[in-house]
Amino acid sequence: MKRLKNFLLLLAAAPIVAFASTTVHLDRAPVNVADQDSLQRGARVFVNYCLSCHSAASMRYSRLQDLGLTEEQIKDNLLFAAEKPGETMKVGMSKADAKAWFGATPPDLSVIARSRGADWLYTYLRSFYRDDSRATGWNNTVFDKVGMPHVMWDLQGEMAPVYKKVDGHEVVDRLELVKPGSVTLAEYDAMVGDLVNYLVWMGEPDQLKRKQLGIIVLAFLAFFFVVAYYLKKEFWKDIH
Amino acid sequence: MSALQKVMGWVDDRFPLTATYKAHLSEYYAPKNFNFWYFFGSLALLLLVLQIVTGIFLTMNYKPDAELAFASVEYIMRDVEWGWLIRYMHSTGASLFFVVVYLHMFRGLMYGSYRKPRELIWIFGVLIYLALMAEAFLGYLLPWGQMSFWGAQVIVNLFAAVPFIGEDLSIWIRGDFVISDATLNRFFAFHVIALPLVLLGLVVVHLVALHEVGSNNPDGIEIKKHKDPVTHIPLDGIPFHPYYTVKDIVGVIVFLMVFSAIMFFGPEMGGYFLEAANFIPADPLKTPEHIAPLWYFTPFYAILRAVPPMFGSQFPGVVAMGLSIVFLFFLPWLDRSKVKSIRYRGPIYKTMLALFIVSFIGLGYLGLLPSTPVATIFAQVFSVIYFLFFLLMPWYTSIEKTKPEPERVTG
Repeated sequence: MKRLKNFLLLLAAAPIVAFASTTVHLDRAPVNVADQDSLQRGARVFVNYCLSCHSAASMRYSRLQDLGLTEEQIKDNLLFAAEKPGETMKVGMSKADAKAWFGATPPDLSVIARSRGADWLYTYLRSFYRDDSRATGWNNTVFDKVGMPHVMWDLQGEMAPVYKKVDGHEVVDRLELVKPGSVTLAEYDAMVGDLVNYLVWMGEPDQLKRKQLGIIVLAFLAFFFVVAYYLKKEFWKDIH
Repeated sequence: MSALQKVMGWVDDRFPLTATYKAHLSEYYAPKNFNFWYFFGSLALLLLVLQIVTGIFLTMNYKPDAELAFASVEYIMRDVEWGWLIRYMHSTGASLFFVVVYLHMFRGLMYGSYRKPRELIWIFGVLIYLALMAEAFLGYLLPWGQMSFWGAQVIVNLFAAVPFIGEDLSIWIRGDFVISDATLNRFFAFHVIALPLVLLGLVVVHLVALHEVGSNNPDGIEIKKHKDPVTHIPLDGIPFHPYYTVKDIVGVIVFLMVFSAIMFFGPEMGGYFLEAANFIPADPLKTPEHIAPLWYFTPFYAILRAVPPMFGSQFPGVVAMGLSIVFLFFLPWLDRSKVKSIRYRGPIYKTMLALFIVSFIGLGYLGLLPSTPVATIFAQVFSVIYFLFFLLMPWYTSIEKTKPEPERVTG
């Protein structure tokens, strides 16, 4: 019986080994939604660079107050595309125009971190390289033939691919800085880190509150468990 | 007579309040030897109530409109006070409902709770399970994400595989040639009104049938065989209230701790409760690379894919998937064993049950993965075992030597 069980377990585990697949390597994004300074920096990058083409139609500017900003600060520094802080982050460009210019409508970014994942975004935003065969002049190692140009190229600078041969095919091995941007690569990485942190926060602005509440609820239930357990014991003491 | 007694007397003359309370709670005698596995019935009831209550509140802000649905869910998550909590309760509750129901059904399999005289309880239970699957499937379209859309597309297309009438049938279900606004609206209607009514009705008859014959127990013996000669109360029975109400409260708290741990710290449950691709709005022009149904459907999805198309039709796979559930209905008559509980059965049944569970879990795992030749072979093996559990049951349960059942429950 025991041997049979072991065999069955092995049988059940076999597919896990058989179907393990390889994907693009993703760098780990430095996400910490409790870090308000990072989120504020990320929000600034987001509003300056992303919001001209991408909307975040579920996100209200006023919600940025959760990051420690005052309504005045939001109005003065971040409100380019809207009139009131109560509005959501819409984009001026029409969907038809966007499709004509980029080949695809830039997706809404409200919950992009929840569909793509932080690591994917962090790696993607750092993996653009020069490719003159593309209409935009840019390609990306994480998202081949992407319609989006390298919006932050003036910061990161220009990267060029270093190829290697795999089974007779040329594949991109890594990227190399060929024309420096206005910041160093390390500074650029930190900036993208802040941006991704912000995107993760924006995907679910209540996530920190959710976890804090969770601790209180679990503590209450643990206490309630003790009470209920002894109540049950008391009631059941004469059942044999 | 106190004022309360007077009021109760007045009501009892007009409505059987005290009699109902006694029949179903304070004088409903349940076996005293319920173990861990007996928590899941009351937990399923708790989840039914939780889903209905959270569902009502979600309905207040959700918009069943293809243009607005996705955004309205995000509106609930951000702008509605405590909306995120209600939404997560509903999404976590949906998955845990299936966890609880699967464990509840497994309990039935272990202790022979489906055997005479409880055949109808079991049949009502399988109907509840079917209604629950329909309810979950309909509800999953509502967030209008990519997986909502394409999952529904795949499942509704299964009906198109029915010979002759399939094409018309699938159009009739969708109300359109593709999943569309019309589909969303009717799925919403079924999800919030039709199926909940069916579920509630079925739960009532499930419980009425249970309280008519009395609960089974881990020994699989009838406690009504040994009654007190004076009071006619089963000697091994204890009143459901207060004994099992206080015990179930403990179970409820432990369950709520698991529930809360998931809901507050990882409501996506690694993509199994809320799929990443469902945070992309539905796009009829863009098929996702990999469409996987939610985890509680994957065993049946794997059976579907395990059957190769015949004569260019997927219909045999659809039939196999349907049969995998239909067989459950016949379980009370397929089992010919002299004993009900696994405690007194021989090694053959135990092995078959273990194989069945491993196959079910294996199929569930395979149903999550993209189809590959190796995966298909595994799925075929597991599917065959799944069906053999039922098909061979009359044979292996009748030849097996069983241990003698005790006269009284053993605790």
